[in-house]
Amino acid sequence: MSQMSESADRGPVDGIPVDPIALDPIPVDPIPVDPNPAGEATELRRLHPATPVLNGWKYFALVVAIVGQEAVRDLDFRLFGIQMVAAVVLGVVLGSFSWWFTKYRIEGEELRIESGFLFRRSRRIRIDRLQAVDIVRPVMARLLGVAELRLEMAGGGKTEAPLAYLTEPGAQKLRAELLARAAGLAADTPEAPERQLVAVPPGVLLASTVVSAPFLTAALGFVVVAATTTVVREMVGLAFLIPWALGGLGVVWRQFVSEFGFTVSESPDGLRIRKGLLDTWAQTVPPGRVQGVEIEQQLLWRPKGWVKLSVDVAGYGGKGNQEGQTASTLLPVAPWPVARALLERVLPGVDVDGVERVLAPRRARWLRPIGWRYLRHGADDRVFVTDTGWLTRRTAVVPHGKMQSVRITQGPLQRRLDLATVHLDTPVGPVNAVALHRSSQVARELAEAQAERSRQARRAAGPERWMQAQLPRE
Amino acid sequence: MDSLFAPPGERWQPVSPRLRSLRRALLAFWLGVGGLAGGVAIGVLLNWWLAAGAVVVAAGAFAWGWWLVGRNWESWGYAERGDDLLVTHGVLFKTLVVVPYGRMQFVDVTAGPVERKFGIATVQLHTATPATDAEIPGLTPEEAERLRDRLAALGEARAAGL
Repeated sequence: MSQMSESADRGPVDGIPVDPIALDPIPVDPIPVDPNPAGEATELRRLHPATPVLNGWKYFALVVAIVGQEAVRDLDFRLFGIQMVAAVVLGVVLGSFSWWFTKYRIEGEELRIESGFLFRRSRRIRIDRLQAVDIVRPVMARLLGVAELRLEMAGGGKTEAPLAYLTEPGAQKLRAELLARAAGLAADTPEAPERQLVAVPPGVLLASTVVSAPFLTAALGFVVVAATTTVVREMVGLAFLIPWALGGLGVVWRQFVSEFGFTVSESPDGLRIRKGLLDTWAQTVPPGRVQGVEIEQQLLWRPKGWVKLSVDVAGYGGKGNQEGQTASTLLPVAPWPVARALLERVLPGVDVDGVERVLAPRRARWLRPIGWRYLRHGADDRVFVTDTGWLTRRTAVVPHGKMQSVRITQGPLQRRLDLATVHLDTPVGPVNAVALHRSSQVARELAEAQAERSRQARRAAGPERWMQAQLPRE
Repeated sequence: MDSLFAPPGERWQPVSPRLRSLRRALLAFWLGVGGLAGGVAIGVLLNWWLAAGAVVVAAGAFAWGWWLVGRNWESWGYAERGDDLLVTHGVLFKTLVVVPYGRMQFVDVTAGPVERKFGIATVQLHTATPATDAEIPGLTPEEAERLRDRLAALGEARAAGL
């Protein structure tokens, strides 16, 4: 099929030999051949008509929870029924309004989204600035065959441009078009081919969750309460036991369900992450959008050598919110060699183990009696690396070119010990590259050196439209 | 001056002394209001000797605050280098931030009513992360404007993708 040859135009997937002639037609001009200039020919499109029903569903559940309590208390189910009907009608009517007024269209280099009926909002999003494109399908949406498309942009902790809901093929088509335009290719370029790099087996996922800190804490609490209850022979304890057990199981369940069937693939459009048992996620993070990587190893993961990888992608947001945390997971659990291989695909040419580390000076023990032995930092010509953590070990990796700023801070205790802390600031996310408690001289030198390294790295950085890079992919 | 927070060149560019005046005026205002109100309340409810004590305490706090404001003002400094802006501040908790111009997303110049009265403004540099703490208070409006324009121009010239 002609699609095959066209998809090869997207450049080589490493490992798959590509005929060099096939690489030639990559357009280099900033504005690619657009069959539909400025998008004038197309109408503003609406979202899928099932949207009000799906959005109403969430509020419906909330109303049931609130009104239902009252109904149970007053034993007045007739009123409850009326309220339910009213809630459904109101929800669908309001949802329909919002659906009717929400429209979108691609206009040249921008995606335009119109929304709101009381407060109108017209938003234009520069497609080449997109940081990630995710297709999220909650269970209810899957039943109806629709999906939510999320465009992640830098700035703002929440998704700035969610398009909920589109038909599944529609969402995929739009994603392909957005990615093609962001890459600097013609809009009708088909979806790039991909190659699977890692798949997380369900058994490993379950086992890693069971030996993780949140579950163990819950389990320990359960055992303590159970033991106390048995010894004291008071039934009161049972009231704590059940929620505790549910809480512990809930942690495992949530983790397992959200990260079930986790796969990471590589394509010329970047990384593709798929996961989820009930709600499914398909994320695409284009090349050069990863701002930093965190490698985390919990205490009981050590015998197996398991690690978790999380990434900073501008727009995915921080650890504070659950969604951001879910989205930032690059690999929930894998043995280190597998994770390292993946890391080399994400940050090409980076060898984390090979970066020489420096230990914090011995006098840091006054501030970190145990942890000081695990405070390390190091840098090579590509990345800056810090290690921290006694029980749970965390390694932060930040490419020099991605650093936003570098800070030195020093508190009064640190000053007495002639220590200082160096922070490498990255967009909000799990990566926390902080070289704690360095000697003052090292800290200042490090900050100066990082500023210089980042300057050089930025100069060598590829363009935002990644397909316009004619550089060899190392 | 210790070498950790030493200026990159000759010396740090200081911020306007008007910032110091503003902070001292605010201090005097709040301590004056608080001291008077407290003194009168204590005098009416308890006795006037204690009230005199409260006023003395307020005066002492004012002297101390005067000195703290001065120290804090002295700690502020910034320097423009070829490729990055350096800002330092803090007495007890010191900070030095190096922001490459190419990392800048936007620059803010703000001046509240009191700041305007004193003829100063604040310039803040924003990058893609809120962790970057590059704020310079107490610039004269001309300097703030100059810095803003220069930063904007340099930011554009050296702009790098995220």
